[in-house]
Amino acid sequence: MFTIKELAQPDTLTEAYNLLIAKKNNAVLGGCAFLRMGSYPIATAVDLTKLNLSFIREADDYIEIGAMTTFREIEVSPILQQYANGVLPKAVSHVLGVQFRSVVTVGASVYAKYGFSDLITALLALNAEIELVQGGRMRLAEFLEKPLTKDILSRIWIRKLECRASYQTLRMSASDYPLLNAAVTQTGSHWLVAVGARPRKAAIAQQLSAALSASKIDLEQLDFFANIASEELSFGTNARGTAQYRRAMCKVLIKRAIKEVLMCESV
Amino acid sequence: MRISVTINDKMVHLDVEFDEFLADALRKHGFFSIRKGCDTSCCGLCTVWVDGRPTLSCSVLAFRVDGKTITTIEGVQQEAEQFAQILAAEGAEQCGFCSPGFIMTVLAMKKELTQPTEEQIIHYLTGNLCRCTGYMGQLRAVKMYLGGTA
Repeated sequence: MFTIKELAQPDTLTEAYNLLIAKKNNAVLGGCAFLRMGSYPIATAVDLTKLNLSFIREADDYIEIGAMTTFREIEVSPILQQYANGVLPKAVSHVLGVQFRSVVTVGASVYAKYGFSDLITALLALNAEIELVQGGRMRLAEFLEKPLTKDILSRIWIRKLECRASYQTLRMSASDYPLLNAAVTQTGSHWLVAVGARPRKAAIAQQLSAALSASKIDLEQLDFFANIASEELSFGTNARGTAQYRRAMCKVLIKRAIKEVLMCESV
Repeated sequence: MRISVTINDKMVHLDVEFDEFLADALRKHGFFSIRKGCDTSCCGLCTVWVDGRPTLSCSVLAFRVDGKTITTIEGVQQEAEQFAQILAAEGAEQCGFCSPGFIMTVLAMKKELTQPTEEQIIHYLTGNLCRCTGYMGQLRAVKMYLGGTA
Protein backbone atom coordinates (compact mmCIF):
# COMPACT_ATOMS: atom_id res chain seq x y z
CA MET A 1 0.00 0.00 0.00
CA PHE A 2 1.27 3.47 -0.79
CA THR A 3 1.72 6.01 1.98
CA ILE A 4 1.06 9.75 2.01
CA LYS A 5 2.99 12.08 4.29
CA GLU A 6 1.39 15.39 3.28
CA LEU A 7 -1.71 16.24 1.28
CA ALA A 8 -2.10 19.28 -0.97
CA GLN A 9 -5.33 20.33 -2.63
CA PRO A 10 -4.27 23.17 -4.93
CA ASP A 11 -6.68 25.68 -6.44
CA THR A 12 -4.90 26.04 -9.79
CA LEU A 13 -3.15 23.71 -12.20
CA THR A 14 0.02 25.80 -12.04
CA GLU A 15 0.09 25.44 -8.27
CA ALA A 16 -0.50 21.71 -8.65
CA TYR A 17 2.38 21.39 -11.12
CA ASN A 18 4.76 23.36 -8.89
CA LEU A 19 3.88 21.13 -5.96
CA LEU A 20 4.40 18.02 -8.10
CA ILE A 21 7.90 18.96 -9.25
CA ALA A 22 9.00 20.34 -5.86
CA LYS A 23 10.19 16.92 -4.71
CA LYS A 24 11.04 13.67 -6.45
CA ASN A 25 8.53 11.57 -4.55
CA ASN A 26 5.61 13.98 -4.77
CA ALA A 27 2.80 12.50 -6.84
CA VAL A 28 -0.56 13.38 -8.33
CA LEU A 29 -3.52 11.33 -7.13
CA GLY A 30 -5.74 10.06 -9.91
CA GLY A 31 -8.37 7.46 -9.15
CA CYS A 32 -5.75 5.59 -7.03
CA ALA A 33 -7.07 2.15 -8.03
CA PHE A 34 -3.76 1.17 -9.59
CA LEU A 35 -1.58 3.24 -7.27
CA ARG A 36 -2.96 1.36 -4.27
CA MET A 37 -1.52 -1.90 -5.52
CA GLY A 38 2.01 -0.56 -5.13
CA SER A 39 3.95 0.57 -2.05
CA TYR A 40 5.09 3.98 -3.23
CA PRO A 41 5.94 6.37 -0.37
CA ILE A 42 4.48 9.74 -1.42
CA ALA A 43 5.92 12.82 0.28
CA THR A 44 3.22 15.24 -0.87
CA ALA A 45 0.16 13.89 -2.62
CA VAL A 46 -1.33 16.41 -5.02
CA ASP A 47 -5.09 15.98 -5.13
CA LEU A 48 -6.82 17.60 -8.11
CA THR A 49 -10.41 17.37 -6.90
CA LYS A 50 -10.71 21.13 -6.28
CA LEU A 51 -9.76 21.97 -9.87
CA ASN A 52 -13.12 21.10 -11.45
CA LEU A 53 -11.56 18.66 -13.89
CA SER A 54 -14.48 16.27 -13.86
CA PHE A 55 -16.49 17.12 -16.96
CA ILE A 56 -17.45 16.10 -20.49
CA ARG A 57 -18.24 19.17 -22.59
CA GLU A 58 -19.39 19.44 -26.15
CA ALA A 59 -18.60 22.45 -28.35
CA ASP A 60 -19.36 22.92 -32.04
CA ASP A 61 -16.25 21.17 -33.28
CA TYR A 62 -14.82 19.22 -30.37
CA ILE A 63 -15.56 17.25 -27.22
CA GLU A 64 -13.50 18.04 -24.14
CA ILE A 65 -12.98 15.56 -21.30
CA GLY A 66 -11.50 16.62 -17.95
CA ALA A 67 -8.74 14.56 -16.38
CA MET A 68 -10.72 13.69 -13.24
CA THR A 69 -13.68 12.35 -15.19
CA THR A 70 -14.33 8.75 -14.22
CA PHE A 71 -14.74 5.84 -16.60
CA ARG A 72 -18.33 5.50 -15.42
CA GLU A 73 -19.03 9.08 -16.44
CA ILE A 74 -17.58 8.31 -19.89
CA GLU A 75 -19.73 5.18 -20.10
CA VAL A 76 -23.04 6.89 -19.35
CA SER A 77 -22.36 10.22 -21.07
CA PRO A 78 -25.07 10.91 -23.71
CA ILE A 79 -22.54 13.09 -25.59
CA LEU A 80 -20.06 10.24 -25.92
CA GLN A 81 -22.71 7.57 -26.48
CA GLN A 82 -23.86 9.51 -29.50
CA TYR A 83 -20.44 10.24 -30.95
CA ALA A 84 -18.56 7.80 -33.20
CA ASN A 85 -20.95 4.93 -32.54
CA GLY A 86 -20.28 5.26 -28.81
CA VAL A 87 -16.77 3.90 -29.18
CA LEU A 88 -15.44 5.43 -25.94
CA PRO A 89 -18.32 4.21 -23.70
CA LYS A 90 -17.98 0.77 -25.33
CA ALA A 91 -14.23 0.68 -24.69
CA VAL A 92 -14.45 1.55 -20.98
CA SER A 93 -17.54 -0.57 -20.31
CA HIS A 94 -15.30 -3.66 -20.33
CA VAL A 95 -13.20 -2.43 -17.41
CA LEU A 96 -14.13 -4.53 -14.34
CA GLY A 97 -17.45 -3.52 -12.73
CA VAL A 98 -19.47 -0.31 -12.35
CA GLN A 99 -18.04 0.27 -8.87
CA PHE A 100 -14.50 0.22 -10.21
CA ARG A 101 -15.36 2.44 -13.15
CA SER A 102 -16.79 4.97 -10.67
CA VAL A 103 -13.30 5.28 -9.22
CA VAL A 104 -10.75 5.23 -12.04
CA THR A 105 -10.07 8.49 -13.85
CA VAL A 106 -9.35 9.30 -17.46
CA GLY A 107 -6.32 11.47 -16.74
CA ALA A 108 -4.46 8.91 -14.66
CA SER A 109 -5.10 6.10 -17.15
CA VAL A 110 -3.91 8.09 -20.15
CA TYR A 111 -1.01 9.83 -18.44
CA ALA A 112 0.34 6.52 -17.11
CA LYS A 113 0.30 5.08 -20.65
CA TYR A 114 -0.85 1.72 -19.31
CA GLY A 115 -0.29 -1.01 -21.88
CA PHE A 116 -3.53 -2.71 -20.85
CA SER A 117 -5.61 0.43 -21.30
CA ASP A 118 -8.87 0.09 -23.21
CA LEU A 119 -9.38 3.85 -23.23
CA ILE A 120 -6.05 4.78 -24.85
CA THR A 121 -6.67 2.47 -27.82
CA ALA A 122 -10.07 4.03 -28.52
CA LEU A 123 -8.74 7.58 -28.06
CA LEU A 124 -5.85 6.87 -30.44
CA ALA A 125 -8.26 5.76 -33.15
CA LEU A 126 -10.22 8.99 -32.59
CA ASN A 127 -6.98 10.93 -33.10
CA ALA A 128 -7.46 12.58 -29.70
CA GLU A 129 -5.28 15.33 -28.31
CA ILE A 130 -4.20 15.79 -24.73
CA GLU A 131 -3.17 18.85 -22.74
CA LEU A 132 -0.34 18.82 -20.22
CA VAL A 133 0.26 21.67 -17.80
CA GLN A 134 3.93 21.99 -18.76
CA GLY A 135 4.09 20.09 -22.04
CA GLY A 136 1.10 21.84 -23.63
CA ARG A 137 -1.33 20.42 -26.14
CA MET A 138 -0.32 17.59 -28.46
CA ARG A 139 -1.70 14.55 -30.22
CA LEU A 140 -2.09 11.52 -27.98
CA ALA A 141 -0.03 9.48 -30.44
CA GLU A 142 2.85 11.94 -30.02
CA PHE A 143 2.52 11.90 -26.22
CA LEU A 144 2.70 8.10 -26.15
CA GLU A 145 6.00 8.19 -28.02
CA LYS A 146 7.64 10.65 -25.62
CA PRO A 147 9.48 9.54 -22.47
CA LEU A 148 7.45 9.98 -19.30
CA THR A 149 8.19 13.26 -17.52
CA LYS A 150 6.64 14.77 -14.41
CA ASP A 151 3.63 16.66 -15.65
CA ILE A 152 -0.13 16.82 -15.16
CA LEU A 153 -2.60 15.84 -17.83
CA SER A 154 -5.49 18.26 -17.52
CA ARG A 155 -7.84 17.42 -20.38
CA ILE A 156 -8.45 15.46 -23.55
CA TRP A 157 -9.80 16.90 -26.80
CA ILE A 158 -11.64 14.98 -29.48
CA ARG A 159 -12.32 16.76 -32.74
CA LYS A 160 -15.94 16.20 -33.76
CA LEU A 161 -16.10 14.75 -37.24
CA GLU A 162 -18.50 12.54 -39.17
CA CYS A 163 -16.95 9.38 -37.87
CA ARG A 164 -17.77 5.68 -37.80
CA ALA A 165 -15.99 3.59 -35.23
CA SER A 166 -15.65 0.13 -33.76
CA TYR A 167 -13.95 -1.17 -30.63
CA GLN A 168 -12.98 -4.82 -30.22
CA THR A 169 -11.39 -6.55 -27.26
CA LEU A 170 -10.25 -10.03 -26.34
CA ARG A 171 -10.25 -11.03 -22.67
CA MET A 172 -9.71 -14.33 -20.91
CA SER A 173 -12.68 -13.51 -18.70
CA ALA A 174 -15.15 -10.64 -18.62
CA SER A 175 -13.48 -8.68 -15.83
CA ASP A 176 -9.84 -9.41 -16.69
CA TYR A 177 -7.35 -7.05 -18.30
CA PRO A 178 -7.52 -7.21 -22.10
CA LEU A 179 -5.31 -9.73 -23.82
CA LEU A 180 -5.56 -7.56 -26.91
CA ASN A 181 -7.75 -4.70 -28.07
CA ALA A 182 -8.29 -2.76 -31.27
CA ALA A 183 -10.18 0.32 -32.41
CA VAL A 184 -10.91 1.40 -35.96
CA THR A 185 -12.37 4.69 -37.16
CA GLN A 186 -13.38 5.93 -40.59
CA THR A 187 -13.77 9.66 -41.22
CA GLY A 188 -14.65 10.20 -44.84
CA SER A 189 -11.96 8.35 -46.74
CA HIS A 190 -9.52 8.50 -43.82
CA TRP A 191 -9.11 5.39 -41.70
CA LEU A 192 -7.27 5.08 -38.41
CA VAL A 193 -6.50 1.75 -36.75
CA ALA A 194 -5.09 1.39 -33.22
CA VAL A 195 -4.08 -1.80 -31.44
CA GLY A 196 -3.42 -2.02 -27.70
CA ALA A 197 -2.55 -4.50 -24.94
CA ARG A 198 0.08 -6.01 -27.25
CA PRO A 199 0.89 -6.07 -24.21
CA ARG A 200 2.82 -2.86 -24.77
CA LYS A 201 1.07 0.49 -24.93
CA ALA A 202 -1.32 1.02 -27.81
CA ALA A 203 -0.03 2.12 -31.19
CA ILE A 204 -1.48 3.20 -34.50
CA ALA A 205 -1.13 0.67 -37.31
CA GLN A 206 0.24 3.26 -39.75
CA GLN A 207 0.58 1.04 -42.81
CA LEU A 208 -2.86 -0.44 -42.43
CA SER A 209 -4.43 2.98 -41.82
CA ALA A 210 -2.77 4.28 -45.01
CA ALA A 211 -3.75 1.21 -47.02
CA LEU A 212 -7.39 1.45 -45.95
CA SER A 213 -7.47 5.18 -46.66
CA ALA A 214 -6.11 4.62 -50.17
CA SER A 215 -8.48 1.80 -51.12
CA LYS A 216 -12.07 1.16 -51.87
CA ILE A 217 -12.65 -1.64 -49.43
CA ASP A 218 -14.85 -4.62 -49.93
CA LEU A 219 -15.50 -7.36 -47.43
CA GLU A 220 -13.53 -9.98 -49.37
CA GLN A 221 -10.30 -8.04 -48.86
CA LEU A 222 -10.48 -8.08 -45.07
CA ASP A 223 -7.89 -10.85 -44.68
CA PHE A 224 -5.44 -8.86 -46.75
CA PHE A 225 -5.90 -5.73 -44.62
CA ALA A 226 -5.85 -7.59 -41.32
CA ASN A 227 -2.52 -9.16 -42.26
CA ILE A 228 -0.95 -5.73 -42.72
CA ALA A 229 -1.57 -4.76 -39.08
CA SER A 230 -0.42 -8.06 -37.66
CA GLU A 231 2.82 -7.80 -39.67
CA GLU A 232 3.64 -4.15 -39.01
CA LEU A 233 3.06 -4.10 -35.24
CA SER A 234 5.20 -5.77 -32.62
CA PHE A 235 3.64 -8.09 -30.04
CA GLY A 236 4.95 -9.45 -26.77
CA THR A 237 4.34 -12.32 -24.40
CA ASN A 238 2.99 -12.13 -20.86
CA ALA A 239 0.90 -14.28 -18.52
CA ARG A 240 -2.21 -13.72 -20.63
CA GLY A 241 -0.88 -14.78 -23.99
CA THR A 242 2.09 -15.24 -26.27
CA ALA A 243 3.24 -12.84 -28.97
CA GLN A 244 2.30 -15.45 -31.58
CA TYR A 245 -1.25 -15.74 -30.20
CA ARG A 246 -1.64 -11.97 -30.07
CA ARG A 247 -0.43 -11.61 -33.65
CA ALA A 248 -2.96 -14.21 -34.80
CA MET A 249 -5.81 -12.67 -32.81
CA CYS A 250 -4.93 -9.18 -34.01
CA LYS A 251 -6.07 -10.23 -37.48
CA VAL A 252 -9.40 -11.40 -36.07
CA LEU A 253 -10.09 -8.22 -34.09
CA ILE A 254 -9.09 -5.97 -36.98
CA LYS A 255 -11.31 -7.87 -39.41
CA ARG A 256 -14.25 -7.62 -37.04
CA ALA A 257 -13.65 -3.93 -36.45
CA ILE A 258 -13.33 -3.01 -40.15
CA LYS A 259 -16.42 -5.05 -40.95
CA GLU A 260 -18.37 -3.34 -38.17
CA VAL A 261 -17.28 0.10 -39.36
CA LEU A 262 -18.34 -0.71 -42.93
CA MET A 263 -21.73 -1.86 -41.68
CA CYS A 264 -22.46 0.94 -39.23
CA GLU A 265 -23.89 4.36 -39.82
CA SER A 266 -21.75 7.42 -39.24
CA VAL A 267 -22.57 9.56 -36.23
CA MET B 1 -7.67 15.32 8.86
CA ARG B 2 -11.29 15.69 9.84
CA ILE B 3 -14.00 15.09 7.25
CA SER B 4 -17.75 15.52 7.46
CA VAL B 5 -19.89 12.99 5.65
CA THR B 6 -23.50 11.99 5.69
CA ILE B 7 -23.63 8.26 6.34
CA ASN B 8 -27.07 6.69 6.02
CA ASP B 9 -28.79 10.06 6.50
CA LYS B 10 -26.73 10.95 9.54
CA MET B 11 -24.00 13.62 9.56
CA VAL B 12 -20.77 12.14 10.88
CA HIS B 13 -17.34 13.65 11.48
CA LEU B 14 -14.45 11.27 10.90
CA ASP B 15 -10.76 11.67 11.61
CA VAL B 16 -8.93 10.02 8.75
CA GLU B 17 -5.34 9.65 7.59
CA PHE B 18 -4.39 11.05 4.18
CA ASP B 19 -3.70 7.52 2.91
CA GLU B 20 -6.68 5.84 4.58
CA PHE B 21 -9.28 4.29 2.33
CA LEU B 22 -13.01 4.70 2.84
CA ALA B 23 -13.56 0.99 3.57
CA ASP B 24 -11.15 1.15 6.52
CA ALA B 25 -12.56 4.43 7.79
CA LEU B 26 -16.12 3.04 7.70
CA ARG B 27 -15.14 -0.20 9.41
CA LYS B 28 -13.35 1.79 12.12
CA HIS B 29 -16.63 3.60 12.59
CA GLY B 30 -18.52 0.34 13.10
CA PHE B 31 -19.82 -0.42 9.61
CA PHE B 32 -18.71 -4.03 9.56
CA SER B 33 -20.96 -4.90 6.62
CA ILE B 34 -18.15 -3.53 4.48
CA ARG B 35 -15.83 -6.42 3.62
CA LYS B 36 -12.45 -6.45 1.98
CA GLY B 37 -11.92 -9.44 -0.23
CA CYS B 38 -9.28 -8.91 -2.87
CA ASP B 39 -6.85 -5.97 -2.46
CA THR B 40 -6.91 -5.55 -6.25
CA SER B 41 -10.21 -3.65 -6.64
CA CYS B 42 -11.91 -6.52 -8.42
CA CYS B 43 -14.25 -8.35 -6.00
CA GLY B 44 -16.94 -5.73 -5.24
CA LEU B 45 -17.33 -6.83 -1.60
CA CYS B 46 -16.71 -3.33 -0.30
CA THR B 47 -19.36 -1.65 -2.50
CA VAL B 48 -21.10 1.35 -0.94
CA TRP B 49 -22.91 4.22 -2.62
CA VAL B 50 -21.15 7.56 -2.80
CA ASP B 51 -23.71 10.22 -3.71
CA GLY B 52 -25.96 7.38 -4.84
CA ARG B 53 -23.43 5.68 -7.12
CA PRO B 54 -22.02 2.22 -6.40
CA THR B 55 -18.35 2.69 -5.59
CA LEU B 56 -15.50 0.52 -4.33
CA SER B 57 -14.86 1.87 -0.84
CA CYS B 58 -11.53 0.00 -0.78
CA SER B 59 -10.24 2.21 -3.59
CA VAL B 60 -11.51 5.65 -2.62
CA LEU B 61 -9.35 7.70 -0.31
CA ALA B 62 -11.46 8.67 2.69
CA PHE B 63 -10.62 12.39 2.53
CA ARG B 64 -12.18 12.50 -0.94
CA VAL B 65 -15.68 11.82 0.39
CA ASP B 66 -15.64 14.95 2.54
CA GLY B 67 -19.05 16.60 2.13
CA LYS B 68 -20.54 13.63 0.30
CA THR B 69 -23.32 11.20 1.08
CA ILE B 70 -22.45 7.59 1.83
CA THR B 71 -24.97 4.78 1.89
CA THR B 72 -24.07 1.38 3.30
CA ILE B 73 -26.33 -1.63 3.47
CA GLU B 74 -27.41 -0.52 6.96
CA GLY B 75 -29.01 2.50 5.29
CA VAL B 76 -31.18 0.47 2.94
CA GLN B 77 -32.10 -2.28 5.36
CA GLN B 78 -35.67 -2.81 4.23
CA GLU B 79 -34.89 -3.21 0.52
CA ALA B 80 -31.82 -5.26 1.36
CA GLU B 81 -33.84 -7.70 3.46
CA GLN B 82 -36.45 -8.04 0.76
CA PHE B 83 -33.83 -8.95 -1.84
CA ALA B 84 -31.82 -11.12 0.57
CA GLN B 85 -34.88 -13.30 1.15
CA ILE B 86 -35.21 -13.93 -2.57
CA LEU B 87 -31.49 -14.57 -2.77
CA ALA B 88 -31.69 -17.20 -0.03
CA ALA B 89 -34.81 -18.79 -1.52
CA GLU B 90 -32.98 -19.23 -4.82
CA GLY B 91 -30.03 -20.93 -3.12
CA ALA B 92 -27.80 -18.05 -4.10
CA GLU B 93 -26.33 -17.45 -0.68
CA GLN B 94 -23.93 -19.72 1.17
CA CYS B 95 -21.22 -18.08 3.25
CA GLY B 96 -22.76 -14.63 2.78
CA PHE B 97 -19.41 -12.85 2.76
CA CYS B 98 -20.06 -11.21 -0.61
CA SER B 99 -23.74 -10.46 0.04
CA PRO B 100 -23.59 -6.85 1.35
CA GLY B 101 -21.57 -5.63 -1.64
CA PHE B 102 -23.64 -7.67 -4.07
CA ILE B 103 -26.91 -6.40 -2.65
CA MET B 104 -25.74 -2.78 -2.78
CA THR B 105 -24.91 -3.21 -6.47
CA VAL B 106 -28.26 -4.86 -7.25
CA LEU B 107 -30.17 -2.09 -5.46
CA ALA B 108 -28.16 0.53 -7.38
CA MET B 109 -28.95 -1.26 -10.62
CA LYS B 110 -32.66 -1.26 -9.79
CA LYS B 111 -32.54 2.52 -9.38
CA GLU B 112 -30.50 3.06 -12.54
CA LEU B 113 -31.85 0.64 -15.14
CA THR B 114 -35.44 0.22 -16.20
CA GLN B 115 -36.35 -3.38 -17.05
CA PRO B 116 -32.78 -4.46 -17.78
CA THR B 117 -32.17 -7.41 -20.08
CA GLU B 118 -30.30 -10.48 -18.84
CA GLU B 119 -27.23 -9.23 -20.66
CA GLN B 120 -27.46 -5.82 -18.97
CA ILE B 121 -27.89 -7.45 -15.56
CA ILE B 122 -24.83 -9.63 -16.03
CA HIS B 123 -22.80 -6.68 -17.29
CA TYR B 124 -23.82 -4.48 -14.35
CA LEU B 125 -22.91 -7.19 -11.84
CA THR B 126 -19.56 -8.14 -13.41
CA GLY B 127 -17.71 -6.38 -10.61
CA ASN B 128 -19.17 -8.58 -7.85
CA LEU B 129 -17.50 -11.92 -7.33
CA CYS B 130 -19.02 -14.86 -5.43
CA ARG B 131 -16.90 -17.93 -4.83
CA CYS B 132 -19.58 -20.16 -3.26
CA THR B 133 -22.70 -20.35 -5.30
CA GLY B 134 -21.93 -19.74 -8.93
CA TYR B 135 -24.01 -17.09 -10.56
CA MET B 136 -27.17 -18.73 -11.89
CA GLY B 137 -28.97 -18.56 -8.54
CA GLN B 138 -28.02 -14.92 -8.20
CA LEU B 139 -29.30 -14.19 -11.69
CA ARG B 140 -32.63 -15.89 -10.95
CA ALA B 141 -32.95 -13.92 -7.73
CA VAL B 142 -32.15 -10.61 -9.40
CA LYS B 143 -34.68 -11.24 -12.15
CA MET B 144 -37.36 -12.09 -9.60
CA TYR B 145 -36.52 -9.03 -7.51
CA LEU B 146 -36.77 -6.79 -10.53
CA GLY B 147 -40.23 -8.09 -11.17
CA GLY B 148 -39.71 -10.62 -13.90
CA THR B 149 -39.68 -14.36 -13.68
CA ALA B 150 -36.51 -16.36 -13.21
